Amino acid sequence: MANMDKSADRQISNMPEEAELPRDNGELVFDAPWESRAFGMAVALNESGKYEWAEFVNNLADEIKSDPAEERTYYEKWLHSLADLAVERGIISEAELDQRTHEYATGARNDDDH
Amino acid sequence: MSGHHDDGHTHEQSEPEIRTKALESLLVEKGIISTDEIGEVTRLYEQDIGPMNGAKVVAKAWTDPEYKRRLLEEGTSAIAELGYVGAQGSRIAVFENTRDVHNLVVCTLCSCYPWPVLGLPPTWYKSDAYRARAVIEPRSVLREFGTELDEAVEVRVWDSNSEVRYMILPERPEGTEGMSEEELVGLVTRDAMIGVTKVTAPASAV
Repeated sequence: MANMDKSADRQISNMPEEAELPRDNGELVFDAPWESRAFGMAVALNESGKYEWAEFVNNLADEIKSDPAEERTYYEKWLHSLADLAVERGIISEAELDQRTHEYATGARNDDDH
Repeated sequence: MSGHHDDGHTHEQSEPEIRTKALESLLVEKGIISTDEIGEVTRLYEQDIGPMNGAKVVAKAWTDPEYKRRLLEEGTSAIAELGYVGAQGSRIAVFENTRDVHNLVVCTLCSCYPWPVLGLPPTWYKSDAYRARAVIEPRSVLREFGTELDEAVEVRVWDSNSEVRYMILPERPEGTEGMSEEELVGLVTRDAMIGVTKVTAPASAV
């Protein structure tokens, strides 16, 4: 994991001020389990070379700027940036993400039953 | 967080929660990342890094003089004894705050930080103001953090770089003699390990 340490050290600890991760006494703060999954996915995708961390951070900073009234939470914007980037990179399509979201929302798909 | 209830209703999930699940399911299905990888990243950031690691180092040094000697002599290996290992090639040096000497850490060039023990640096640590003023007028900076030092106390400022990161071993507060190592961990704050504040004893212990 030496590799991960290094990029995490340099990049995640140097997020620009407008996109700072929510923290308490230096520890990351997640208000719900999905937030930590979204965090983990963004970092893991970067680690696997799907995009540069800076690209993700730029998207996130733009998202944050576009919501000055803070109507959405930090991790809602995080998720939006992540999904956009995944679509942009051709990792997934928007249609299949919408479709799968719909399946989970309606209960047509439910992994918890397994 | 199961969505399965006996009455047939599903647990009400928020839109982002469902969308996160959908995204993860697609990424895993396509073999791009695994559920374990995501969990590993999250676990690493949530539990294995952060000021708690540094606090354990400090509490051990407070209760084990032999460990403290090793820590001050060669920080990197003493910290590694507790399992905290950082990026290759960067050492961690530890300085002790005492009655007579107060140490403070800054990175004037960028924002080098002893990441394995303290986690992510606070916003102010990276600010231009802190980086410039910590060196020029450390006493004023300390005062702004509520740290009043006697004029007789010598202030030493340590400028981090990519080879060496610094961590401060704060002074063990009076009135904590009866506390266990585990209890002491809870007293140590991130700011005290950067050197901008002192560790204070809980009201009940004094």
